[in-house]
Amino acid sequence: MELTINSKRVSAEPGMTIYQAAKKANIYIPALCYHEALSSMGSCRLCIVELTKGNRTKIVTSCNYPVEEGIKVVTDSERVLKNRRMIVELLLARCPEVKIIQDLAQELGVKKTRFRIDEYKENCILCGLCVRVCEEVVGVGAISFLGRGKDEKVDTPFHRASDVCIGCGACVTICPTGCIKMEDIDGNRKIDRWQASLPLQRCKICGKPVATRKHLEQIKERFALPPEILELCPDCKRNYYKKQVVAQGHL
Amino acid sequence: MAMISDPQKLEKVRESILKDREKDSGKTQVTVCGGTGCRGAGAEEVVGTFREELGKLDGKAEVKFKETCCHGFCEQGPIVIIDPENIFYKNVTPKDVPEIIKETILGGKVVDKLLYTDPSTKKKVVHEKEIPFYQKQNRLIFGNNRFIDPTSIEDYLALEGYKALVKALTEMTPEEVIEEVRKANLRGRGGGGFSAGVKWESCRKAEGEPKYVICNADEGDPGAYMDRSLLEGNPHSILEGMTIGAYAIGSHEGYIYVRNEYPLAVKNVTIAIQQAEESGFLGDNILGSGFDFNVRVSRGGGAFVCGESSALMTSLEGRVGRPRAKYIHTVEKGLWGKPSNLNNVETWANVVLIIKKGANWYKKIGTEGSKGTKIFSLVGKINNTGLIEVPMGMTLREIIYDIGGGIPNGKKFKAVQTGGPSGGCLPESKLDLPVDFDELTKSGSMMGSGGMIVMDEDTCMVDLARYFLNFLVEESCGKCVPCREGVWRMLQIVTDICEGRGKEEDIELLEDLSDSIRDTALCALGSTAPNPVLTTLKYFRDEYIAHIKDKKCPGGVCTALIEYSIDEEKCTGCGVCLKACPSEAISGEKKELHSIDKKKCIKCGMCRDVCKFDAVIIT
Ligand SMILES: Cc1cc2nc3c(=O)[nH]c(=O)nc-3n(C[C@H](O)[C@H](O)[C@H](O)COP(=O)(O)O)c2cc1C
Ligand code: SF4
Ligand code: SF4
Repeated sequence: MELTINSKRVSAEPGMTIYQAAKKANIYIPALCYHEALSSMGSCRLCIVELTKGNRTKIVTSCNYPVEEGIKVVTDSERVLKNRRMIVELLLARCPEVKIIQDLAQELGVKKTRFRIDEYKENCILCGLCVRVCEEVVGVGAISFLGRGKDEKVDTPFHRASDVCIGCGACVTICPTGCIKMEDIDGNRKIDRWQASLPLQRCKICGKPVATRKHLEQIKERFALPPEILELCPDCKRNYYKKQVVAQGHL
Repeated sequence: MAMISDPQKLEKVRESILKDREKDSGKTQVTVCGGTGCRGAGAEEVVGTFREELGKLDGKAEVKFKETCCHGFCEQGPIVIIDPENIFYKNVTPKDVPEIIKETILGGKVVDKLLYTDPSTKKKVVHEKEIPFYQKQNRLIFGNNRFIDPTSIEDYLALEGYKALVKALTEMTPEEVIEEVRKANLRGRGGGGFSAGVKWESCRKAEGEPKYVICNADEGDPGAYMDRSLLEGNPHSILEGMTIGAYAIGSHEGYIYVRNEYPLAVKNVTIAIQQAEESGFLGDNILGSGFDFNVRVSRGGGAFVCGESSALMTSLEGRVGRPRAKYIHTVEKGLWGKPSNLNNVETWANVVLIIKKGANWYKKIGTEGSKGTKIFSLVGKINNTGLIEVPMGMTLREIIYDIGGGIPNGKKFKAVQTGGPSGGCLPESKLDLPVDFDELTKSGSMMGSGGMIVMDEDTCMVDLARYFLNFLVEESCGKCVPCREGVWRMLQIVTDICEGRGKEEDIELLEDLSDSIRDTALCALGSTAPNPVLTTLKYFRDEYIAHIKDKKCPGGVCTALIEYSIDEEKCTGCGVCLKACPSEAISGEKKELHSIDKKKCIKCGMCRDVCKFDAVIIT
């Protein structure tokens, strides 16, 4: 299937999104709530593009618009840029101190926000990446969107320590604003934002923390791995395998 | 009622119902409206008293009694009608009931004090059919409410109920049904005005089984209650419309998604479903046609956004109702990822009419682009509040003055807001606008679900925009940035303007923001949210400027920008205001000019309300 992006003819597989087709063709589209490993939520609206189909032109989000034969897409028209700037201005007023928003503002030429920065709340931009990674990849769904409208937030149910959180830290890694903090102290892994404190498994050989016990249990259930390697840190694991391979005479 | 296995049997049943009624046609029939408005005014007590008092008649007169749902003239409720004379009594209380029975039912006389007075001629009107409020309407969809006890399937059958279904099932192919609806150019009454025929056809052609047919009875617009009144008052007509649609689309499962705050609608439609199942209008092999269809009722989640199609379907699935992108339409992947056809309550009711009377007949009503009638809820500063049904294309002036009876207390009309919270405000210069989908959109407003709020000269248009924005901010689901952050920022700016903190650049910022929200919001809640601001800026821009530059509120509403004082000429020194003021800001000797201490005044407006001489002025 073929489509046009910024006057360039681009080929794509059916089922792909405009964003994916653009990426394949090395055409950059900014996005905050999109991640290739996760379903599209389409909430940040930064990935908007101008789409022409027949004689109608409209604004659509590229992260979830499926490619169609012959459509014409413009990723950086004046209308698109104007709207992106407005979105960034809104986000800048919400989280003035977040680096990724400041960078986007600079990229789009937004010098300052015209909105009042008075209700400074926090650094979460509600992109929902943490929610989706927890649900779709980790498979536990410990956190979700709560409340609605301007009071919406991401949290555990009732703001209590979740029963199902395994403390894997996927949310921490994926968060684009760095607003989920994680610390390993006194044999526990703490993610304060989710009220989580989970005991860590120490490496049987060197004593360094490996992962939370709950995380290791989940791995044990999912993959048929020899139990002894779950109790080792990455370094010791490597040594362990090396020794085994040597012992078997392959090296 | 026993199972009706084929169309011939249905006609036999209908004949016998009509024959029985023919026999009773000379008997007195008392009808009490038990709709939302009348209930609020005490109709349930009136019904109770009638039942009790009529029971005591002991054969002195044979009287039939019926409680219906909303007739529309809610302003005058509780309404009682005595047939066959067609006498119309308004604002009836339980105390009036014995008098009605004694004077009218037994004595054949009219109770004068319960009659309606036409405000324009000041004459009393005896008969329902002579009331101007009804005369200009064309109540094709809503009119039957007046004759139907919603718990009686016989009442529905007596009014040609399920005739359209028989016609569709026995004389038409599904494609012909779709063609008829398409030819009638039926446009969705839930807000978007999308062609029902086109939607049905896409759903019929979509791949996947099962297919679902859904009725949207979420009706979250504040002040709107037409869908509720249809579902409460004539539930079988909705079931009939849905069954015809299901046959056309090839669906065997239907849902009615009802707002949880509508218990009577849930109750009446549940009874109707049971009756329809028992008599063979729903279930397997409907009327011997071989077509199967079942309907279930689902109670809504309560949020305004749950009325949006994709959010509604998510909510039906038992998850939190939040909109999603509809680049893949719900007719292809809707409820549980299956082809789903959603229509509004009133849309479904129109289907019955179209199939029964034919597209050619239907097309004669309305305008070029909008056919048929539309039900509006007429509220605000208007004499006759209530539900009205008019042909598309009637002007705002006719609706507001001829049907609505104009503005109360001799005040001047200022604006009318159509289309619900995210509709627009139209000024006096637009009064001759023919009301249909396209004209309203062109003017910057919209049809929406049919809310119509009338405002008089004492309204501040900036404050009004603030009011609607506030509603939308409360109801935004929060999923997408432009709606969650943007509409809230609009509210912040407009609030600043109302409270005297407006800056000159605010208007431009509001307009820029509106453009972007329209372009980029995920669902129509967000993309239409700027409408109240955009239309007030378009038609009442000088009011914004007065607030921002002169720090004045011309409507005399925004407390930060107004001052109360007493007119020397008009004040009689009666002292009523002095007593009414809760903050002791008024002083003055009896029979002498009173004055207001601006430092103490909390601008509550009590003095203005109580002064009989209009001596309290706002500047
Ligand atoms: C925020 C929002 C709320 C809505 N609420 C309703 C509603 O209460 N009832 C309704 O019929 N349509 C509502 N709609 C419109 C529906 O999304 C949909 O267009 C309609 O039910 C389709 O039926 P129709 O084509 O018969 O109008 C709403 C739309 C939005 C964006
Ligand atoms: S916590 Fe981080 S990942 Fe989660 S929604 Fe907020 S910004 Fe996105
Ligand atoms: S426009 Fe508003 S209501 Fe609609 S998805 Fe976005 S945040 Fe939710």
